[in-house]
Amino acid sequence: MFSRAYKTVVTVPPLAWVAVFLLVPYLLMFCYSFWSVSPTQTIVHSWNLDNYKELLNKTVYWQTLLRSMWIAARVMLFSLLLGYPVAYYLSFYAGKRKDLLYQLVIIPLWVSYLVRAYAWKTILGYDGVFNTLLQYVHLTRHPLDFLLYSPFAVVLTLTHIYTPFTFLPIYAALEHIPRNLVEASHDLGATPAQTFWKVIFPLSIPGVLAGATFAFVLSLGDFLAPQLLGGPSGIMISNIVVSLFGAAYNWPLGAAISLAMLVIVASLLVFSERLERKWSFR
Amino acid sequence: MELSVSGGTANTQHSRGLLLHAAVVFAFLYLPIAVLILYSFNGQGVGGFPPRNLTLDWYRILFADGPIWDSVFNSLQVAFAAMVIALAFGIPAALALDRAQFPGKAAFRRLVLLPLILPGIITGLSLLMLFNLGSIKLSLLTITLGHGTALISVATTEVFAGLQKLDRAQEEASLDLGANYWQTFWAITVPNLKLPIIGAALLIFTLSMDEIAVSFFLIGRDNTLPLEIWGRLRRGITPEINAVSTIIFIFSLVTIVLWYRLRVRAEDSVDVGSELVESSSLNTVSP
Repeated sequence: MFSRAYKTVVTVPPLAWVAVFLLVPYLLMFCYSFWSVSPTQTIVHSWNLDNYKELLNKTVYWQTLLRSMWIAARVMLFSLLLGYPVAYYLSFYAGKRKDLLYQLVIIPLWVSYLVRAYAWKTILGYDGVFNTLLQYVHLTRHPLDFLLYSPFAVVLTLTHIYTPFTFLPIYAALEHIPRNLVEASHDLGATPAQTFWKVIFPLSIPGVLAGATFAFVLSLGDFLAPQLLGGPSGIMISNIVVSLFGAAYNWPLGAAISLAMLVIVASLLVFSERLERKWSFR
Repeated sequence: MELSVSGGTANTQHSRGLLLHAAVVFAFLYLPIAVLILYSFNGQGVGGFPPRNLTLDWYRILFADGPIWDSVFNSLQVAFAAMVIALAFGIPAALALDRAQFPGKAAFRRLVLLPLILPGIITGLSLLMLFNLGSIKLSLLTITLGHGTALISVATTEVFAGLQKLDRAQEEASLDLGANYWQTFWAITVPNLKLPIIGAALLIFTLSMDEIAVSFFLIGRDNTLPLEIWGRLRRGITPEINAVSTIIFIFSLVTIVLWYRLRVRAEDSVDVGSELVESSSLNTVSP
Protein backbone atom coordinates (compact mmCIF):
# COMPACT_ATOMS: atom_id res chain seq x y z
CA MET A 1 0.00 0.00 0.00
CA PHE A 2 2.85 2.39 0.70
CA SER A 3 5.22 3.11 -2.14
CA ARG A 4 8.98 2.88 -1.97
CA ALA A 5 9.23 6.66 -2.14
CA TYR A 6 6.86 7.06 0.83
CA LYS A 7 8.92 4.65 2.91
CA THR A 8 12.15 6.42 1.97
CA VAL A 9 10.74 9.82 2.87
CA VAL A 10 9.59 8.70 6.32
CA THR A 11 12.70 6.61 7.02
CA VAL A 12 15.74 8.53 5.85
CA PRO A 13 15.39 11.92 7.62
CA PRO A 14 14.83 10.52 11.15
CA LEU A 15 17.51 7.91 10.58
CA ALA A 16 20.03 10.53 9.45
CA TRP A 17 19.18 12.93 12.29
CA VAL A 18 19.42 10.23 14.95
CA ALA A 19 22.69 8.98 13.48
CA VAL A 20 24.27 12.44 13.64
CA PHE A 21 22.89 13.59 16.99
CA LEU A 22 22.75 10.33 18.95
CA LEU A 23 24.84 7.57 17.40
CA VAL A 24 27.89 9.69 16.60
CA PRO A 25 27.94 11.38 20.05
CA TYR A 26 27.69 8.07 21.90
CA LEU A 27 30.48 6.63 19.71
CA LEU A 28 32.53 9.74 20.30
CA MET A 29 32.30 9.17 24.04
CA PHE A 30 33.54 5.64 23.46
CA CYS A 31 36.53 6.94 21.48
CA TYR A 32 37.36 9.65 24.02
CA SER A 33 37.63 7.05 26.78
CA PHE A 34 40.70 5.61 25.01
CA TRP A 35 42.40 8.97 24.44
CA SER A 36 44.40 11.10 26.90
CA VAL A 37 45.23 14.66 27.87
CA SER A 38 48.68 16.12 27.32
CA PRO A 39 50.38 18.27 30.02
CA THR A 40 49.49 21.30 27.89
CA GLN A 41 45.81 20.43 28.22
CA THR A 42 45.14 19.22 24.71
CA ILE A 43 43.47 15.96 23.80
CA VAL A 44 45.94 13.36 22.51
CA HIS A 45 44.30 11.03 20.01
CA SER A 46 46.46 8.00 20.74
CA TRP A 47 44.63 4.85 21.72
CA ASN A 48 45.41 3.33 25.12
CA LEU A 49 43.78 1.83 28.20
CA ASP A 50 45.29 4.23 30.74
CA ASN A 51 41.96 5.77 31.75
CA TYR A 52 40.50 2.40 32.56
CA LYS A 53 43.63 1.47 34.51
CA GLU A 54 43.32 4.66 36.53
CA LEU A 55 39.66 3.92 37.16
CA LEU A 56 40.58 0.55 38.63
CA ASN A 57 43.66 1.68 40.54
CA LYS A 58 42.38 4.82 42.22
CA THR A 59 40.12 3.77 45.06
CA VAL A 60 38.17 7.03 45.04
CA TYR A 61 36.67 6.21 41.63
CA TRP A 62 35.42 2.72 42.19
CA GLN A 63 34.46 3.46 45.79
CA THR A 64 32.29 6.34 44.64
CA LEU A 65 30.87 4.10 41.93
CA LEU A 66 29.98 1.49 44.55
CA ARG A 67 28.47 4.14 46.81
CA SER A 68 26.36 5.43 43.92
CA MET A 69 25.13 1.92 43.24
CA TRP A 70 24.27 1.50 46.91
CA ILE A 71 22.36 4.79 46.92
CA ALA A 72 20.58 3.80 43.69
CA ALA A 73 19.71 0.37 45.15
CA ARG A 74 18.14 1.97 48.21
CA VAL A 75 16.17 4.41 46.06
CA MET A 76 14.95 1.48 43.97
CA LEU A 77 13.89 -0.51 47.04
CA PHE A 78 12.07 2.38 48.73
CA SER A 79 10.35 3.44 45.51
CA LEU A 80 9.04 -0.09 45.09
CA LEU A 81 7.91 -0.32 48.70
CA LEU A 82 6.08 2.99 48.39
CA GLY A 83 4.85 2.66 44.80
CA TYR A 84 3.69 -0.94 44.62
CA PRO A 85 0.99 -0.94 47.33
CA VAL A 86 -0.40 2.34 45.96
CA ALA A 87 -0.59 0.85 42.46
CA TYR A 88 -2.25 -2.27 43.89
CA TYR A 89 -4.74 -0.24 45.89
CA LEU A 90 -5.64 1.93 42.90
CA SER A 91 -5.99 -0.94 40.49
CA PHE A 92 -8.06 -3.23 42.73
CA TYR A 93 -9.72 -1.27 45.52
CA ALA A 94 -10.06 2.41 44.61
CA GLY A 95 -13.35 2.07 42.71
CA LYS A 96 -14.66 5.33 41.31
CA ARG A 97 -11.78 7.33 42.78
CA LYS A 98 -9.28 5.45 40.63
CA ASP A 99 -8.85 8.08 37.90
CA LEU A 100 -8.56 10.93 40.33
CA LEU A 101 -6.00 9.13 42.50
CA TYR A 102 -4.04 8.16 39.40
CA GLN A 103 -3.79 11.80 38.41
CA LEU A 104 -2.73 12.65 41.97
CA VAL A 105 0.24 10.28 41.68
CA ILE A 106 1.21 11.80 38.34
CA ILE A 107 0.95 15.47 39.30
CA PRO A 108 4.21 15.58 41.32
CA LEU A 109 5.97 14.49 38.12
CA TRP A 110 5.01 17.84 36.64
CA VAL A 111 6.80 19.73 39.38
CA SER A 112 10.32 20.44 38.28
CA TYR A 113 12.90 17.91 39.44
CA LEU A 114 15.16 20.70 40.62
CA VAL A 115 12.40 22.40 42.53
CA ARG A 116 11.49 19.23 44.40
CA ALA A 117 15.12 18.63 45.36
CA TYR A 118 15.27 22.24 46.54
CA ALA A 119 12.07 21.83 48.56
CA TRP A 120 13.64 18.91 50.43
CA LYS A 121 16.63 21.09 51.12
CA THR A 122 14.43 23.68 52.79
CA ILE A 123 12.72 20.93 54.79
CA LEU A 124 15.85 19.12 55.98
CA GLY A 125 18.20 22.07 56.53
CA TYR A 126 19.75 23.14 59.85
CA ASP A 127 17.25 26.01 60.12
CA GLY A 128 14.82 24.12 57.93
CA VAL A 129 11.16 23.37 58.35
CA PHE A 130 11.64 19.99 60.02
CA ASN A 131 14.23 21.10 62.57
CA THR A 132 12.33 24.21 63.57
CA LEU A 133 9.16 22.13 63.86
CA LEU A 134 10.92 19.72 66.23
CA GLN A 135 12.08 22.64 68.37
CA TYR A 136 8.68 24.29 68.19
CA VAL A 137 7.00 21.24 69.70
CA HIS A 138 9.95 20.83 72.13
CA LEU A 139 11.02 17.44 70.87
CA THR A 140 14.62 18.54 70.49
CA ARG A 141 16.51 21.49 71.86
CA HIS A 142 19.12 21.79 69.12
CA PRO A 143 18.68 21.32 65.39
CA LEU A 144 19.63 17.88 64.04
CA ASP A 145 22.54 18.45 61.70
CA PHE A 146 22.77 15.00 60.16
CA LEU A 147 19.63 15.37 58.04
CA LEU A 148 20.92 17.53 55.21
CA TYR A 149 24.25 16.99 53.41
CA SER A 150 24.17 13.24 53.81
CA PRO A 151 23.47 10.16 51.67
CA PHE A 152 20.18 9.97 53.60
CA ALA A 153 19.04 13.29 52.12
CA VAL A 154 19.97 12.10 48.62
CA VAL A 155 18.13 8.78 49.02
CA LEU A 156 15.05 10.53 50.42
CA THR A 157 14.94 13.09 47.62
CA LEU A 158 15.54 10.60 44.82
CA THR A 159 12.92 8.25 46.32
CA HIS A 160 10.48 11.13 46.26
CA ILE A 161 11.32 11.80 42.62
CA TYR A 162 11.27 8.21 41.36
CA THR A 163 8.31 6.76 43.29
CA PRO A 164 5.79 7.96 40.66
CA PHE A 165 8.07 6.60 37.91
CA THR A 166 8.09 3.21 39.63
CA PHE A 167 4.35 3.36 40.19
CA LEU A 168 3.47 3.82 36.50
CA PRO A 169 4.70 0.52 34.99
CA ILE A 170 3.50 -1.45 38.04
CA TYR A 171 0.05 0.09 37.73
CA ALA A 172 0.01 -0.67 33.98
CA ALA A 173 0.96 -4.30 34.67
CA LEU A 174 -1.73 -4.63 37.37
CA GLU A 175 -4.35 -3.14 35.06
CA HIS A 176 -3.54 -5.77 32.44
CA ILE A 177 -4.25 -8.68 34.78
CA PRO A 178 -7.48 -10.40 33.65
CA ARG A 179 -9.97 -9.90 36.45
CA ASN A 180 -11.52 -13.33 36.03
CA LEU A 181 -8.27 -14.89 37.28
CA VAL A 182 -8.63 -12.93 40.50
CA GLU A 183 -12.31 -13.80 40.81
CA ALA A 184 -11.55 -17.48 40.22
CA SER A 185 -9.00 -17.37 43.01
CA HIS A 186 -11.58 -15.81 45.37
CA ASP A 187 -14.25 -18.28 44.35
CA LEU A 188 -11.94 -21.15 45.08
CA GLY A 189 -11.62 -19.90 48.65
CA ALA A 190 -8.29 -18.06 48.65
CA THR A 191 -7.97 -15.15 51.08
CA PRO A 192 -7.07 -11.73 49.64
CA ALA A 193 -3.49 -12.23 50.80
CA GLN A 194 -3.23 -15.64 49.15
CA THR A 195 -4.76 -14.28 45.94
CA PHE A 196 -2.27 -11.46 45.99
CA TRP A 197 0.84 -13.60 46.45
CA LYS A 198 -0.21 -16.51 44.22
CA VAL A 199 -1.99 -14.70 41.39
CA ILE A 200 -1.58 -10.95 41.33
CA PHE A 201 2.05 -10.46 42.34
CA PRO A 202 3.56 -13.00 39.92
CA LEU A 203 1.61 -11.42 37.05
CA SER A 204 2.82 -7.95 37.99
CA ILE A 205 6.51 -8.83 37.98
CA PRO A 206 7.23 -7.35 34.52
CA GLY A 207 5.94 -3.99 35.81
CA VAL A 208 7.99 -4.29 38.97
CA LEU A 209 11.13 -4.99 36.93
CA ALA A 210 10.50 -2.03 34.64
CA GLY A 211 9.87 0.30 37.59
CA ALA A 212 12.88 -0.97 39.52
CA THR A 213 15.15 -0.52 36.50
CA PHE A 214 13.91 3.03 35.99
CA ALA A 215 14.54 4.01 39.59
CA PHE A 216 17.98 2.40 39.75
CA VAL A 217 19.31 3.61 36.41
CA LEU A 218 18.10 7.18 36.68
CA SER A 219 19.31 7.65 40.25
CA LEU A 220 22.67 6.02 39.52
CA GLY A 221 23.56 8.78 37.08
CA ASP A 222 22.17 11.68 39.10
CA PHE A 223 24.50 14.54 39.92
CA LEU A 224 22.16 17.38 40.88
CA ALA A 225 20.58 15.95 44.04
CA PRO A 226 23.96 14.87 45.50
CA GLN A 227 25.48 18.25 44.74
CA LEU A 228 22.55 20.07 46.29
CA LEU A 229 21.88 17.82 49.29
CA GLY A 230 24.60 15.19 49.51
CA GLY A 231 27.52 16.96 51.15
CA PRO A 232 30.97 15.35 50.99
CA SER A 233 29.68 11.95 52.15
CA GLY A 234 26.92 11.93 49.53
CA ILE A 235 29.07 12.55 46.45
CA MET A 236 28.09 10.27 43.56
CA ILE A 237 29.99 9.07 40.52
CA SER A 238 28.44 11.63 38.17
CA ASN A 239 29.71 14.45 40.38
CA ILE A 240 33.23 13.20 39.69
CA VAL A 241 32.49 13.07 35.98
CA VAL A 242 31.15 16.64 36.09
CA SER A 243 34.34 17.87 37.74
CA LEU A 244 36.50 15.98 35.24
CA PHE A 245 34.67 17.72 32.42
CA GLY A 246 34.91 21.05 34.20
CA ALA A 247 37.70 22.37 36.37
CA ALA A 248 39.77 19.18 36.43
CA TYR A 249 39.75 19.13 32.61
CA ASN A 250 40.26 15.46 31.90
CA TRP A 251 37.59 14.60 29.35
CA PRO A 252 39.08 11.18 28.46
CA LEU A 253 39.01 9.97 32.07
CA GLY A 254 35.51 11.43 32.48
CA ALA A 255 34.44 9.58 29.33
CA ALA A 256 35.90 6.32 30.66
CA ILE A 257 33.97 6.68 33.92
CA SER A 258 30.78 7.52 32.01
CA LEU A 259 31.32 4.46 29.88
CA ALA A 260 31.77 2.28 32.96
CA MET A 261 28.45 3.67 34.18
CA LEU A 262 26.93 3.01 30.76
CA VAL A 263 28.07 -0.62 30.86
CA ILE A 264 26.45 -1.11 34.27
CA VAL A 265 23.24 0.53 33.08
CA ALA A 266 23.14 -1.37 29.79
CA SER A 267 23.74 -4.76 31.39
CA LEU A 268 21.01 -4.01 33.89
CA LEU A 269 18.59 -3.05 31.13
CA VAL A 270 19.35 -6.23 29.20
CA PHE A 271 19.12 -8.34 32.35
CA SER A 272 15.76 -6.89 33.37
CA GLU A 273 14.47 -7.23 29.81
CA ARG A 274 15.37 -10.94 29.84
CA LEU A 275 13.68 -11.41 33.19
CA GLU A 276 10.61 -9.48 32.06
CA ARG A 277 10.32 -11.72 29.03
CA LYS A 278 10.67 -14.81 31.15
CA TRP A 279 7.94 -13.68 33.51
CA SER A 280 5.51 -12.44 30.90
CA PHE A 281 5.42 -15.84 29.20
CA ARG A 282 4.32 -17.73 32.26
CA MET B 1 -13.00 -3.35 36.69
CA GLU B 2 -13.74 -3.57 40.34
CA LEU B 3 -13.59 -6.70 42.43
CA SER B 4 -17.15 -7.92 42.54
CA VAL B 5 -16.44 -10.55 45.15
CA SER B 6 -17.05 -9.63 48.74
CA GLY B 7 -14.33 -11.36 50.67
CA GLY B 8 -15.77 -10.47 54.08
CA THR B 9 -13.69 -8.99 56.87
CA ALA B 10 -10.38 -10.25 55.53
CA ASN B 11 -10.93 -8.25 52.38
CA THR B 12 -11.94 -5.13 54.29
CA GLN B 13 -8.86 -5.30 56.49
CA HIS B 14 -6.72 -5.88 53.44
CA SER B 15 -8.07 -2.79 51.69
CA ARG B 16 -7.96 -0.64 54.84
CA GLY B 17 -4.28 -1.39 55.29
CA LEU B 18 -3.65 -0.48 51.68
CA LEU B 19 -5.66 2.72 51.99
CA LEU B 20 -3.59 3.75 54.99
CA HIS B 21 -0.37 3.04 53.11
CA ALA B 22 -1.63 5.02 50.11
CA ALA B 23 -2.48 7.96 52.38
CA VAL B 24 1.07 7.95 53.79
CA VAL B 25 2.59 7.83 50.31
CA PHE B 26 0.40 10.71 49.10
CA ALA B 27 1.46 12.73 52.15
CA PHE B 28 5.09 12.01 51.31
CA LEU B 29 4.61 12.98 47.66
CA TYR B 30 2.82 16.23 48.45
CA LEU B 31 4.75 17.38 51.52
CA PRO B 32 7.53 19.14 49.58
CA ILE B 33 5.03 20.72 47.20
CA ALA B 34 2.94 22.02 50.10
CA VAL B 35 6.03 23.37 51.85
CA LEU B 36 7.17 25.00 48.63
CA ILE B 37 3.90 26.84 48.09
CA LEU B 38 3.40 27.78 51.74
CA TYR B 39 6.88 29.24 52.14
CA SER B 40 6.56 31.31 49.00
CA PHE B 41 4.37 33.53 51.22
CA ASN B 42 6.68 33.39 54.23
CA GLY B 43 8.15 36.71 55.31
CA GLN B 44 10.88 35.00 57.33
CA GLY B 45 12.80 33.22 54.58
CA VAL B 46 12.80 29.64 53.35
CA GLY B 47 12.78 27.75 56.66
CA GLY B 48 11.37 28.20 60.11
CA PHE B 49 8.27 26.71 61.66
CA PRO B 50 5.63 27.99 61.90
CA PRO B 51 5.65 30.26 58.83
CA ARG B 52 5.43 33.88 59.99
CA ASN B 53 4.52 37.26 58.53
CA LEU B 54 2.74 36.02 55.44
CA THR B 55 3.55 38.32 52.55
CA LEU B 56 3.40 38.72 48.78
CA ASP B 57 6.82 40.43 48.73
CA TRP B 58 8.58 37.48 47.13
CA TYR B 59 6.17 37.60 44.22
CA ARG B 60 6.75 41.34 43.92
CA ILE B 61 10.52 40.79 43.87
CA LEU B 62 10.05 38.00 41.36
CA PHE B 63 8.02 40.12 38.96
CA ALA B 64 10.71 42.78 39.01
CA ASP B 65 13.49 40.25 38.45
CA GLY B 66 14.80 40.68 34.89
CA PRO B 67 17.19 37.70 34.65
CA ILE B 68 14.48 35.24 35.77
CA TRP B 69 12.06 36.42 33.08
CA ASP B 70 14.82 36.37 30.47
CA SER B 71 15.47 32.76 31.38
CA VAL B 72 11.74 31.95 31.26
CA PHE B 73 11.62 33.44 27.78
CA ASN B 74 14.71 31.45 26.75
CA SER B 75 13.15 28.25 28.09
CA LEU B 76 9.92 28.88 26.21
CA GLN B 77 11.85 29.40 22.97
CA VAL B 78 13.93 26.27 23.51
CA ALA B 79 10.89 24.18 24.44
CA PHE B 80 8.95 25.34 21.40
CA ALA B 81 11.82 24.73 18.97
CA ALA B 82 12.61 21.36 20.58
CA MET B 83 8.97 20.40 20.21
CA VAL B 84 9.06 21.23 16.49
CA ILE B 85 12.27 19.23 15.96
CA ALA B 86 11.04 16.25 17.97
CA LEU B 87 7.71 16.14 16.11
CA ALA B 88 9.29 16.75 12.69
CA PHE B 89 11.52 13.69 13.11
CA GLY B 90 9.51 11.68 15.61
CA ILE B 91 6.32 11.42 13.54
CA PRO B 92 8.11 10.14 10.39
CA ALA B 93 10.11 7.80 12.62
CA ALA B 94 6.87 6.33 13.97
CA LEU B 95 5.51 5.95 10.43
CA ALA B 96 8.77 4.27 9.41
CA LEU B 97 8.64 1.86 12.35
CA ASP B 98 5.01 1.08 11.57
CA ARG B 99 5.20 0.77 7.79
CA ALA B 100 8.70 0.31 6.43
CA GLN B 101 11.29 -2.41 6.66
CA PHE B 102 14.89 -1.28 6.72
CA PRO B 103 18.18 -2.70 7.95
CA GLY B 104 18.90 -1.80 11.57
CA LYS B 105 15.24 -1.18 12.40
CA ALA B 106 15.47 -2.85 15.82
CA ALA B 107 18.67 -0.98 16.64
CA PHE B 108 17.11 2.31 15.53
CA ARG B 109 14.12 1.74 17.81
CA ARG B 110 16.41 1.24 20.77
CA LEU B 111 18.74 4.09 19.92
CA VAL B 112 15.85 6.56 19.81
CA LEU B 113 14.72 5.49 23.28
CA LEU B 114 18.19 5.67 24.85
CA PRO B 115 18.14 9.35 25.93
CA LEU B 116 15.07 8.62 28.05
CA ILE B 117 16.48 5.51 29.67
CA LEU B 118 20.07 6.59 30.18
CA PRO B 119 21.04 9.07 32.87
CA GLY B 120 20.95 12.56 31.32
CA ILE B 121 24.62 13.15 32.01
CA ILE B 122 25.65 10.56 29.39
CA THR B 123 23.55 12.11 26.63
CA GLY B 124 24.58 15.62 27.68
CA LEU B 125 28.30 14.85 27.65
CA SER B 126 28.11 12.92 24.37
CA LEU B 127 26.48 15.91 22.68
CA LEU B 128 29.04 18.23 24.25
CA MET B 129 31.77 16.15 22.59
CA LEU B 130 29.96 16.33 19.25
CA PHE B 131 29.61 20.11 19.38
CA ASN B 132 33.19 20.41 20.54
CA LEU B 133 34.33 18.28 17.60
CA GLY B 134 32.38 20.45 15.19
CA SER B 135 33.67 23.63 16.90
CA ILE B 136 30.08 24.73 17.45
CA LYS B 137 29.75 27.39 20.10
CA LEU B 138 27.48 26.44 23.00
CA SER B 139 24.27 28.48 23.10
CA LEU B 140 20.53 28.10 23.32
CA LEU B 141 20.77 26.49 19.88
CA THR B 142 22.88 23.59 21.15
CA ILE B 143 20.45 23.09 24.04
CA THR B 144 17.56 23.09 21.57
CA LEU B 145 19.28 20.48 19.39
CA GLY B 146 19.92 18.37 22.50
CA HIS B 147 16.33 18.57 23.75
CA GLY B 148 14.86 18.07 20.28
CA THR B 149 16.95 14.95 19.73
CA ALA B 150 16.45 13.46 23.19
CA LEU B 151 12.68 13.97 22.99
CA ILE B 152 12.16 12.43 19.53
CA SER B 153 11.50 9.27 21.54
CA VAL B 154 8.40 10.86 23.09
CA ALA B 155 6.87 11.76 19.73
CA THR B 156 7.80 8.39 18.25
CA THR B 157 6.32 6.26 21.03
CA GLU B 158 3.09 8.24 21.40
CA VAL B 159 2.46 8.39 17.64
CA PHE B 160 3.51 4.76 17.13
CA ALA B 161 0.95 3.71 19.74
CA GLY B 162 -1.66 5.81 17.91
CA LEU B 163 -0.78 4.19 14.58
CA GLN B 164 -1.35 0.73 16.04
CA LYS B 165 -5.00 1.67 16.61
CA LEU B 166 -5.42 3.46 13.29
CA ASP B 167 -7.77 1.97 10.70
CA ARG B 168 -5.70 1.76 7.54
CA ALA B 169 -8.76 1.35 5.32
CA GLN B 170 -9.29 5.13 5.39
CA GLU B 171 -5.82 5.80 4.07
CA GLU B 172 -6.26 3.11 1.47
CA ALA B 173 -9.56 4.61 0.35
CA SER B 174 -7.99 8.04 0.09
CA LEU B 175 -5.16 6.70 -2.07
CA ASP B 176 -7.58 4.70 -4.25
CA LEU B 177 -9.67 7.81 -4.82
CA GLY B 178 -6.67 9.53 -6.31
CA ALA B 179 -5.19 11.53 -3.46
CA ASN B 180 -1.41 11.41 -3.31
CA TYR B 181 0.57 10.41 -0.24
CA TRP B 182 1.11 13.99 0.85
CA GLN B 183 -2.62 14.81 0.65
CA THR B 184 -3.51 11.56 2.41
CA PHE B 185 -1.04 12.29 5.16
CA TRP B 186 -2.55 15.71 5.93
CA ALA B 187 -6.19 14.81 5.28
CA ILE B 188 -6.36 11.36 6.89
CA THR B 189 -3.29 10.34 8.88
CA VAL B 190 -2.69 13.50 10.88
CA PRO B 191 -6.36 14.15 11.85
CA ASN B 192 -6.60 10.56 13.06
CA LEU B 193 -3.47 10.97 15.13
CA LYS B 194 -4.52 14.35 16.52
CA LEU B 195 -4.68 13.21 20.12
CA PRO B 196 -1.33 11.37 20.30
CA ILE B 197 0.35 14.27 18.52
CA ILE B 198 -1.08 16.93 20.85
CA GLY B 199 -0.27 14.71 23.83
CA ALA B 200 3.30 14.22 22.66
CA ALA B 201 3.68 17.95 21.95
CA LEU B 202 2.53 18.88 25.46
CA LEU B 203 4.75 16.28 27.04
CA ILE B 204 7.80 17.34 24.99
CA PHE B 205 7.18 20.98 25.83
CA THR B 206 6.91 20.30 29.56
CA LEU B 207 9.87 17.93 29.68
CA SER B 208 12.01 20.47 27.83
CA MET B 209 10.95 23.32 30.13
CA ASP B 210 12.12 21.24 33.10
CA GLU B 211 15.20 19.59 31.57
CA ILE B 212 18.48 20.27 33.33
CA ALA B 213 20.89 17.29 33.11
CA VAL B 214 21.47 17.64 29.35
CA SER B 215 21.22 21.45 29.31
CA PHE B 216 23.80 21.59 32.11
CA PHE B 217 26.56 20.60 29.66
CA LEU B 218 25.31 22.47 26.61
CA ILE B 219 24.73 25.86 28.17
CA GLY B 220 26.28 28.93 26.58
CA ARG B 221 25.88 32.49 27.74
CA ASP B 222 22.09 32.48 28.12
CA ASN B 223 20.41 30.46 30.85
CA THR B 224 17.26 28.41 30.67
CA LEU B 225 14.97 28.71 33.68
CA PRO B 226 16.13 25.51 35.45
CA LEU B 227 19.77 26.55 35.01
CA GLU B 228 19.02 30.05 36.27
CA ILE B 229 17.40 28.52 39.36
CA TRP B 230 20.33 26.13 39.74
CA GLY B 231 22.78 29.04 39.66
CA ARG B 232 20.82 30.86 42.35
CA LEU B 233 20.51 27.80 44.58
CA ARG B 234 24.24 27.59 44.73
CA ARG B 235 24.54 31.23 45.76
CA GLY B 236 22.03 30.90 48.60
CA ILE B 237 18.31 30.52 48.66
CA THR B 238 15.38 32.92 48.99
CA PRO B 239 11.62 32.31 48.82
CA GLU B 240 11.74 33.96 45.40
CA ILE B 241 12.61 30.49 44.09
CA ASN B 242 9.50 29.16 45.90
CA ALA B 243 7.44 31.86 44.23
CA VAL B 244 8.61 31.09 40.69
CA SER B 245 8.20 27.34 41.33
CA THR B 246 4.66 27.88 42.59
CA ILE B 247 3.77 29.78 39.44
CA ILE B 248 5.23 27.06 37.21
CA PHE B 249 3.40 24.41 39.20
CA ILE B 250 0.09 26.18 38.69
CA PHE B 251 0.79 26.47 34.95
CA SER B 252 1.55 22.74 34.78
CA LEU B 253 -1.66 21.94 36.65
CA VAL B 254 -3.69 24.02 34.22
CA THR B 255 -2.01 22.21 31.31
CA ILE B 256 -2.85 18.82 32.82
CA VAL B 257 -6.47 19.78 33.40
CA LEU B 258 -6.81 21.12 29.85
CA TRP B 259 -5.25 17.99 28.41
CA TYR B 260 -7.47 15.79 30.56
CA ARG B 261 -10.59 17.58 29.35
CA LEU B 262 -9.51 17.30 25.73
CA ARG B 263 -9.00 13.59 26.24
CA VAL B 264 -12.30 13.05 27.98
CA ARG B 265 -14.11 14.95 25.26
CA ALA B 266 -12.47 12.76 22.63
CA GLU B 267 -13.44 9.72 24.73
CA ASP B 268 -10.09 8.18 24.11
CA SER B 269 -8.47 6.21 26.85
CA VAL B 270 -4.91 6.95 25.72
CA ASP B 271 -3.04 8.47 28.59
CA VAL B 272 -0.21 10.73 27.68
CA GLY B 273 3.03 9.35 28.96
CA SER B 274 1.77 5.91 29.86
CA GLU B 275 2.62 4.57 26.41
CA LEU B 276 6.02 6.04 26.90
CA VAL B 277 6.63 4.43 30.25
CA GLU B 278 5.43 1.09 28.97
CA SER B 279 7.53 1.15 25.84
CA SER B 280 10.59 2.42 27.67
CA SER B 281 10.85 -0.93 29.32
CA LEU B 282 12.21 -1.91 25.91
CA ASN B 283 10.68 -5.30 25.26
CA THR B 284 7.13 -4.10 24.79
CA VAL B 285 8.09 -2.02 21.76
CA SER B 286 8.06 -4.92 19.35
CA PRO B 287 5.10 -4.68 16.98
